[in-house]
Amino acid sequence: MLDISGVSKRYPNGLLALAGLNLAVAQGEIVAIVGGSGCGKSTALRLVSGLDMPTLGSVSLDGTPVTAPREEIGLVFQEPRLMPWLTIEQNVAFGIRHLPAAEQVSRVSEALARVGLDSHAGHWPRELSGGQAQRVSLARALVGRPKVLLLDEPFSALDALTRGDLQDHLLDLWAYDRPTMILVTHDIEEALFLADRIVVMQPNPGRVRTEVVPPVARPRDRLNGEFLNWKYKLLRELDHASRPPSGDESFPAAAI
Amino acid sequence: MSTEIASAAGVPDAPAVRASRPDGKWLIGFALPVFLALAWELAVATQMVGGRLLPTPSKVIMTLVGLAQGGELLDHVLATLRRVALGFVFGVAAGTLVGAVSGYWTIVRRVIDPSLQALRNIPSIAWVPMFILWFGIFETSKVILIAVGVFFPIYLALSGAILGVDRKLVEVGRIFRFSHREMITRILLPATLPSYIIALRSGLGLGWMFVVAAEFMGAEQGLGFLLVDGQQTGRPAVILASITSFAILGKLTDWLLASLSGRFLKWQDGFKPAE
Repeated sequence: MLDISGVSKRYPNGLLALAGLNLAVAQGEIVAIVGGSGCGKSTALRLVSGLDMPTLGSVSLDGTPVTAPREEIGLVFQEPRLMPWLTIEQNVAFGIRHLPAAEQVSRVSEALARVGLDSHAGHWPRELSGGQAQRVSLARALVGRPKVLLLDEPFSALDALTRGDLQDHLLDLWAYDRPTMILVTHDIEEALFLADRIVVMQPNPGRVRTEVVPPVARPRDRLNGEFLNWKYKLLRELDHASRPPSGDESFPAAAI
Repeated sequence: MSTEIASAAGVPDAPAVRASRPDGKWLIGFALPVFLALAWELAVATQMVGGRLLPTPSKVIMTLVGLAQGGELLDHVLATLRRVALGFVFGVAAGTLVGAVSGYWTIVRRVIDPSLQALRNIPSIAWVPMFILWFGIFETSKVILIAVGVFFPIYLALSGAILGVDRKLVEVGRIFRFSHREMITRILLPATLPSYIIALRSGLGLGWMFVVAAEFMGAEQGLGFLLVDGQQTGRPAVILASITSFAILGKLTDWLLASLSGRFLKWQDGFKPAE
């Protein structure tokens, strides 16, 4: 169980990026965090990953506080962030350097096969397309078999066709080990297609507006009427969330 | 990790990264020196300029051949090469260590960088009397002087390049819980490799410059000694033979370093200049 309890983050420049985030994510659950720019989605993910520390509140995994990056938590960034001087297989092996060489080889081969890039093992990152590079990034995050996989708008820089393909692929990968997943995205369709639960956030300061559990059966069809109906409902919610707050909605940020 | 993975999987080089075949285009680099040598030769032959203080290329070549036949040239070359090699190794080791530590830890940089920047501007020749006093007139002082020359470009380039490494790559290392040592050796140093190799070549060039100053310190062998000997005995052809040897050795060692380092930069996706 991943537990985010009363988490707030104020940056040194005074910006209150996140205020009082509470979220409990069960093992194997897929949660999508959606919202416009500046609503604290990526900040929340950095706090969960242990890259940053909250100003207030705490993050814990199975009862242990997350105070630094941990082996059980994998992170896929918005950009692939592959090391250009390493081949694809060396990039995937980056996070399992502590394992014996033979196990590294077998795990890397398996991870690359699962993302369909086993034939690219010896290539350089510069030789890959954007979608392929992001699949390598996924393989790198999954090769250590994390209990929690965090995804920070991982497909936002890709074209619609590649994005759809990778979303299907992500679900296949998730089905293999069933890690807990938190996906940050601004794409409602992506959130609805992948997530069991959708958290809608609003800005100034970043906080949860509402949580939605879409009753859409899996496997989800992006052209299904129910799916489209929920997509429009969420779009309306997101539209409301991005509007400036009225007087009674203002947040007492000075306390943080 | 990387070598095991690459070797165990038997990964061939990708087509785009295969080394290019030599095609003879490098010969064009000889055009300018050959043209200048011929013009120089012609100018002396037609008595446009006097050849006494400015010997012709043919005379310089004859002098080099004479020195080589007597075995004298090889002794001088080997003595100089040995000093440059030792000074280069020590200078690179120190520059890399101090540059990496200074680039990685702000507190170290704040403490040592101002002093090193001040020391960097001291001319090589100014160190000579102090080094003779401290380390004696023999090899130690010469090698240390060359190492000092090599140290600064390596230190400066590496510490600066580390500060320029993409923060996003460093975050990947943090996610994978890299120690300080791993962060330096597995991310920062590889990421700065292109700048580092330029610094190595620059350091080697300075090593060749500093060896002349070093061999002024009472050397009995070496191209710097040959140069001083030529001056003291009034033989400009010997001076030019020594200078020519420095130029040839400097170019050859730089070429060797560039060739060796090129294989570590196959991953680069840089600008390909127009033909």
